Amino acid sequence: MFRIVHKRQLSDTVYEMGVEAPRIARKARAGQFLMVRADASGERIPLTFSDWSAEEGWVRFIFMRVGKTTHQLAHMEVGDSLADVVGPLGVPTHVEGVGRVAIVGGGVGAAVAYPVARAMAEAGAEVTVILGARTADLLVLEEQLRALPLKELIVVTDDGTAGRKGLVTHPLKELCEAGAIDAAFAVGPAIMMKFCAATTKEFGVPTTVSLNPIMVDGTGMCGACRVSIDGVTKFGCVEGPDFDGHAVDWEELMSRQRVYTEDERDADAEFTRSCKCRH
Amino acid sequence: MSVPERRKPSRAPRTPMPERDPRERRDTFAEVGLGYSAEQAMGEAQRCLQCANPTCQQGCPVGIDIKSFIGAIIDGDLPRGVAVLKERNALPAVCGRVCPQEEQCEASCVLAKRGEAVAIGRLERFLGDTDVACELAHRCVPTVAPASGLRCAVVGSGPAGLACAGELAQLGHQVTILESLHAPGGVLSYGIPEFRLPKRIVEAEIETLSALGVEMRTNSVVGQLVDVPELMTEEGFDAVFIGSGAGLPMFLGIPGENFNGVYSANEFLTRVNLMRAYEFPAKADTPVWRGRKVAVVGGGNVAMDSARTALRLGAEEVFLVYRRTAEEMPARKEEVHHAAEEGIEFKMLCAPSAIVGHDGWVTGIVVTRMELGEPDASGRRSPVCVAGSEFTIECDTVIVAVGTRANPLLTRAAPGVEVTKRGYIVTGEDGATSVPGVYAGGDIVTGSATVIKAMGAGKKAAAAMDCWLRETKTAQ
Repeated sequence: MFRIVHKRQLSDTVYEMGVEAPRIARKARAGQFLMVRADASGERIPLTFSDWSAEEGWVRFIFMRVGKTTHQLAHMEVGDSLADVVGPLGVPTHVEGVGRVAIVGGGVGAAVAYPVARAMAEAGAEVTVILGARTADLLVLEEQLRALPLKELIVVTDDGTAGRKGLVTHPLKELCEAGAIDAAFAVGPAIMMKFCAATTKEFGVPTTVSLNPIMVDGTGMCGACRVSIDGVTKFGCVEGPDFDGHAVDWEELMSRQRVYTEDERDADAEFTRSCKCRH
Repeated sequence: MSVPERRKPSRAPRTPMPERDPRERRDTFAEVGLGYSAEQAMGEAQRCLQCANPTCQQGCPVGIDIKSFIGAIIDGDLPRGVAVLKERNALPAVCGRVCPQEEQCEASCVLAKRGEAVAIGRLERFLGDTDVACELAHRCVPTVAPASGLRCAVVGSGPAGLACAGELAQLGHQVTILESLHAPGGVLSYGIPEFRLPKRIVEAEIETLSALGVEMRTNSVVGQLVDVPELMTEEGFDAVFIGSGAGLPMFLGIPGENFNGVYSANEFLTRVNLMRAYEFPAKADTPVWRGRKVAVVGGGNVAMDSARTALRLGAEEVFLVYRRTAEEMPARKEEVHHAAEEGIEFKMLCAPSAIVGHDGWVTGIVVTRMELGEPDASGRRSPVCVAGSEFTIECDTVIVAVGTRANPLLTRAAPGVEVTKRGYIVTGEDGATSVPGVYAGGDIVTGSATVIKAMGAGKKAAAAMDCWLRETKTAQ
């Protein structure tokens, strides 16, 4: 069992959780992910970790309450235990020798952007972070990002409630136009990553994206997470999650992410009906 | 001492397996084969000739003393029968269900030459079930040799790993199994459906292994969490057995394969078996797309399992698309028979050439008619396309069950271990890899095979590991 040692609500629907997992914490690298199962009848869901401490033996992840499992996680408190946490999974993000880089984190994608920014900065890169969300309440990890040795942190919200009003692609485009970056890394909703990749492509700026396809086992066994990269099928869990953003078949990815939308809604509705909790 | 006298062998025909009615089966994941009653088992056992030279045993990959365990049933001494079985096989209730007995022990039974072999598999299941039905405290747990003080890590808790772990524990070593999923059993848990192998049977047999002192570490992905050299240096294991299986699903490489509704058999079966998606949303949180018209591509046991599972999830029609004929199908005859009884429609000599879809979802599978040509190097007649014979089978789900290959996660984590071009581990006869102290067996060595062959490999490697450990480690 994996005991919860930290829980913080970051916004109305976004939470940060830390669990005791000393073995995983020893091996964690930026860009990798975990598979989490809340209880014995639970679904295995992939979550990217935002932070870890090898010394103290914990890992943290951020999730948005969207379906039953994340709803259930939101109800769990410090001292409770998750049935299963598996990781670290996936190939760590390549952080060496990236030069001047723009890291775009959208919504809960900041969970990945933060450790990647930290690791790239530690590896000597000049890092600009573009942190975006629909609205101010959904911006996460801003404080932690400010504590990093970044060149700049650009905050963007769709509705202008914090930082610049607009989309993350606006500052990204400006950086490209100014010739201020050698590479980009984007993580967030698929549609955001798609437009980030489209933005940088014009300028020939190599762009890595961290994909989040549906997974079951996370170890290459099921093939649920297959994505088309330059027309070739790859397994997101063992060959990713990072891929060349200019080579991803975005329409396919987004279509595949929607397979269980209705099922998830049904399961969550059932959970909300049957549970007598405060949310 | 005189040999106790027994009745003459019965000349009765082979005792059929009591089975759930095919019409009822379509709606339930409950087990199809109901198992012999004590009377039926006794009747069947009495058909055995108790040959002086029991050829059946040569057909068993783990060398079970078949003659003796059947003899024990004849004598009505079930505990002795269980003990004999368990001497060589840690998972009799599992093997009694899923072994291809018709190609192994039963094929070598003397009776098979002039009629029907003794139903060795069903008798094995009978004894296995007798044992599993007992409380753990009353089950047959093999004796354990005095502690050697040596520690072994077993990577993977599928049939190879479990067999190896059980053997090593009996030999007195301290064994830890590392399993990447949250539940042990490997393919027994995620792959083989409840209606063919109930989870409680797998759980009970694994429980017996724990009683031997085997430690199970789930959620441990070797290759990500820890690698093989770390197991041997930092974690202090004296030897490592790799039984990680060949779990990476193969696809057909045809257009349209990433449409929604196209599953690998592994994903489909994992959702349903391991994650119990058939109980979604009431009792389990993992969904599965329940197709109305389902096409399954392949002809092995996994294809049969997928087709029959789809039917139980409520499909109106299930097609099994196979490019050769029923004759060449690798699935067990019994399973093909069960599938046909349940209403699976076989589309033989059909090779898929594309998957078509609309709005992201599969709507059909395009297949080309085949005919059998000249025998190839393997002696099998290879299928040849009939020009202009393409047609489309309408369906809303396609399940691809054309095999698996080696997962590179683990072999990458075992530096120095020699692998083939296709990523399988190279071992000697005894399972030894190119790195001293590291052994391997099962599908990661041979490619997809059977449960019992993997168990045989696990046992053989355990014996070799034991020798190696005692020679190199105890001297220090």
